[in-house]
Amino acid sequence: MSATIVEKIFSHKCGSEVRAGDVVMAPLDGAMIHDITGPLAIQKFYEMGGKQVFDPKRIIMLFDHQIPADSIAAANNHVYMRKFAAEQGIHNYDINEGVCHQVTIEKGRAAPGEIVVGADSHTCMYGAAGAFATGIGSTDMGFALKFGALYFKVPETIRAEVTGKFQRRVGAKDLILAIAHDIGADGATYKALEFTGKTIRKMDMAGRMTLCNMAIEMGGKAGIVAPDKITWEYLKGRRRMKPFALDSDGDATFAERRTYNVSDLEPQVAVPHNVDTGVPVSKVTGTHVDQVFIGSCTNGRFEDLAEAAEVLGRKKFSKNIRVIIIPASRDEYLKTLKAGLIEKFVKAGALVEAPCCGPCMGGAFGLIAPGEVSLSTSNRNFRGRQGSTDGKVYLCSPATAAASAITGEITDPREV
Amino acid sequence: MAAKKTIPVKKVMAPEGPVAKNARVWKFGDDIDTDAIIPGRFLTINNPDELAKHAFEGTRDEFAKKVKQGDVIVGGRNFGCGSSREHAPLALMGAGVKVVVAQSFARIFFRNAINVGVLPITCANADKIDDGAKIRLALQQQKIVADDTEYSIEPVPAFMQGIIDAGGLVEYAKTIQEIPVCTR
Ligand code: SF4
Repeated sequence: MSATIVEKIFSHKCGSEVRAGDVVMAPLDGAMIHDITGPLAIQKFYEMGGKQVFDPKRIIMLFDHQIPADSIAAANNHVYMRKFAAEQGIHNYDINEGVCHQVTIEKGRAAPGEIVVGADSHTCMYGAAGAFATGIGSTDMGFALKFGALYFKVPETIRAEVTGKFQRRVGAKDLILAIAHDIGADGATYKALEFTGKTIRKMDMAGRMTLCNMAIEMGGKAGIVAPDKITWEYLKGRRRMKPFALDSDGDATFAERRTYNVSDLEPQVAVPHNVDTGVPVSKVTGTHVDQVFIGSCTNGRFEDLAEAAEVLGRKKFSKNIRVIIIPASRDEYLKTLKAGLIEKFVKAGALVEAPCCGPCMGGAFGLIAPGEVSLSTSNRNFRGRQGSTDGKVYLCSPATAAASAITGEITDPREV
Repeated sequence: MAAKKTIPVKKVMAPEGPVAKNARVWKFGDDIDTDAIIPGRFLTINNPDELAKHAFEGTRDEFAKKVKQGDVIVGGRNFGCGSSREHAPLALMGAGVKVVVAQSFARIFFRNAINVGVLPITCANADKIDDGAKIRLALQQQKIVADDTEYSIEPVPAFMQGIIDAGGLVEYAKTIQEIPVCTR
């Protein structure tokens, strides 16, 4: 019988045919907890009578939201989690590796056909590696840690078929902002969002991660790209697994099919205070910005930083604004460093920080004041997300962010 | 340190009912995100009562000061979207809110709410309910009554009902020793 990729993953894991709408208690291949949601999850694990986690080898822990500890409360949470990791034999990457989602994929902790959960909404990013991955709350995570299984309603799938060739300096982030605008902030609620088509087949892993990362911004339970040569190539050295075929059948039942052609797509900017408000950059050019942030699990990879560097060229960032650049992980940091881009950014006037979430969530540093405007390559522009509720956050691609950081106002990267 | 304190799991359907006799409605709009419910800078707190002091801070400052035990939040579409932080339903629970009515819920919030003991009720016409309205539940009749107008509500999905009946996921988890994986 024909099935979607998500139905196939659940059917395989469950050993029997399941279809969208079925509720199953499915086994988990992996679980990730971080410094914000981890303490509660651990607490819940104990409250449920948990003594031993289901399998320490399938669980990872790391700290990325508030590192190095920015308050005594954060430091205390870290201590609490470290103790749990030591007691349970869980691998703790601590503050050393970077943003949770980037690290999970990089370390081969999510692979095609697997079911992975993370106590963070952007866990849906691991769909770029062909996994079914979804964000859960702390109590669900407590349950997952204890039992190694969790209730799922197998989701229906919205299939987004993407064709066409991106213009210069237009890319995955512009596409996903356009898709979010099209589908709406709740248009994919309870559903999986599958990206397919010629454009996706050519897209690198960095771009696929950007797409899947933002499935949640449409309410999506998961984002997913069927594994192909690019996926298996990426997984080499990260995960021992023989390549196999996994894709939706063409005649599977989809909740919806949508098609996008990127050939005429302009750079997109999501205006405050929702993610589904994407407009072509031309609608907002000239908007003054106070802070530019290039980083996060959405756009903090080497490819993103290389694009920003290319736009920057030999220019300098505007003296009137703050430019904060944060590679998403240690690996991405090293690649950026070796390519000489860190030096370039610093010389151009940016503040380059060690891998972490940074200003993305407004939990640690880089907050904006009332009346200030942030332009960010991250995934959320909710009111107050990056500091004052009287501030504004615009979302864009690394290219648009770099172009705007040069001029001090929102700028079309094709014109720099 | 808050992280070590245990959080009491309150029964979703406490004997006195989750809605107070003179409960009032706190009305919100569409796409209320969990950053609005509890901003990121308070996430080192894990205790519901402490979180409650910052609920809707910067979005609706009078809420934390004036909300009363057993009040009800009513929202529009996509309530609880965004971050998976369970601190959001916990902050509401700490504020004494055990029921949220909305036209629709974001998936993770819906699940988290049930898990911690806040009842999410889906009501297609929730947007018609006024701020400050008097509200009561008639769950058996699948209705809520706000300012004397009746509104029909959707039943909770069957598989969630078991968790609600147990009094939240923690209590539910205590009742099982081993998980029969892939049971439907
Ligand atoms: S970078 Fe931002 S969106 Fe990504 S995990 Fe960190 S806080 Fe969340």
